[in-house]
Amino acid sequence: MRIIVTDQNGVVHELEALEGWRVMEVIRDWGLNIRAECGGSCACATCHIFVDAEWQDRLNPPTDEEEDMLDTLPDVETNSRLSCQILMSEDLDGLKLTLAESARQEEAA
Amino acid sequence: MSGNEIVTDVIIIGAGPVGLFAVFELGLVDLKCHVIDILDRPGGQCAELYPEKPIYDIPGFPEISGQGLTDNLMKQIAPFGAEFHYSQMVTNVERLDDGSFRVTTDAEETFVAKVIVVAAGGGSFQPKRPPVPGIEAFEGKSVFYAVRKMDEFRDHDIVIVGGGDSALDWTLSLQPLARSLTLVHRRDEFRGHADSVNKMRALVADGKINFITGQLARLEGEDGQLSEVLLKTAGGEIGVPATRLLPFFGLTMKLGPVADWGLDLHDNSLVKVDTEKFETSEPGIFAIGDINWYPGKLKLILSGFHESALMAQAAKRIVHPNERVVFQYTTSSTKLQKKLGVV
Repeated sequence: MRIIVTDQNGVVHELEALEGWRVMEVIRDWGLNIRAECGGSCACATCHIFVDAEWQDRLNPPTDEEEDMLDTLPDVETNSRLSCQILMSEDLDGLKLTLAESARQEEAA
Repeated sequence: MSGNEIVTDVIIIGAGPVGLFAVFELGLVDLKCHVIDILDRPGGQCAELYPEKPIYDIPGFPEISGQGLTDNLMKQIAPFGAEFHYSQMVTNVERLDDGSFRVTTDAEETFVAKVIVVAAGGGSFQPKRPPVPGIEAFEGKSVFYAVRKMDEFRDHDIVIVGGGDSALDWTLSLQPLARSLTLVHRRDEFRGHADSVNKMRALVADGKINFITGQLARLEGEDGQLSEVLLKTAGGEIGVPATRLLPFFGLTMKLGPVADWGLDLHDNSLVKVDTEKFETSEPGIFAIGDINWYPGKLKLILSGFHESALMAQAAKRIVHPNERVVFQYTTSSTKLQKKLGVV
């Protein structure tokens, strides 16, 4: 099972994913640039991603809680999701997404 | 120096769960603490990010909320009389000739202490900045992330962006003194209190404010003075005359000034410590909780609690080098029980 992730610098990565993992956890585990500050409890919106158009309707729609957190993002789009709220399953094999600028880890000067 | 300097044993930077528990462990070894935090209340991430969310991995608590844990810790450390300095950020740390530190905050408070404990979690909470080109040039002049003086908004064309309580509360408070007020949110649903939402909708219905579903796209203006805000909406780009903009997208954490204190960092974002004392590369400065790094580090509240206890033993030796440190249990030591005020 794989997901295809474009990072904030435009580099495309194919990541091996495991059933039942949160997409955020897969991205973090492979060491891509994702803050995921709250660790997956839908409380911070720092695991923000954009889902490719072809995949948008194939995901469970965001819960009210996720929508509320999306409200706190200044760079939200119609295909914005929080990657901690998407669980990997066979159906999502090949999921394509892009990491949002607002998910980038801060680096000290 | 000036007479306003506060002299104490230990300065704790960060009033999250780990900073709070450090007060306890330091208190048991008779060290007095002052705690500084950028938020206006204790709890750190527990209070700011997930006050209502249950935490399941605090030993002895099958389930406790972020706020519940904070309240309990405040009760637990009350006997030690730590003093709290909220709504300010430590900006500067300098070593004095006698080995102690002078700590300065952005509220211009100054402290002198022999030990500093950095318990700043993910860093300092700061407002999220919208990714609008050139917004920096307007910040502090016509774009603000907080309202400090309402009068600075009087007779202005105000645009407020966001869908939470800050956006709604300031819409209601500033409307009476604004020349015009436009609220912008990405959808026609609000996560703020229902009462505020109703009041806001009534103002829209009365034609006293505008509400637009959309997002910030661009800013127009000169020399930091805003003249127009351009919004991306379903019907295309529209312009709203604006001389004040208030984006309310909540807070995010930034490592901030900690990065400039000359401490060895890991990955440019975490403070390296040893695993015996949780001391940084700078003797006398400790780092505990989510902000530190050592091989095998897990960002768990319980790790921070453990780190507090070991740090306190080392801090004691720095502050009172000639005192013997006797390790004691709170269950059996009447000395410790007296400190806790239970006997």
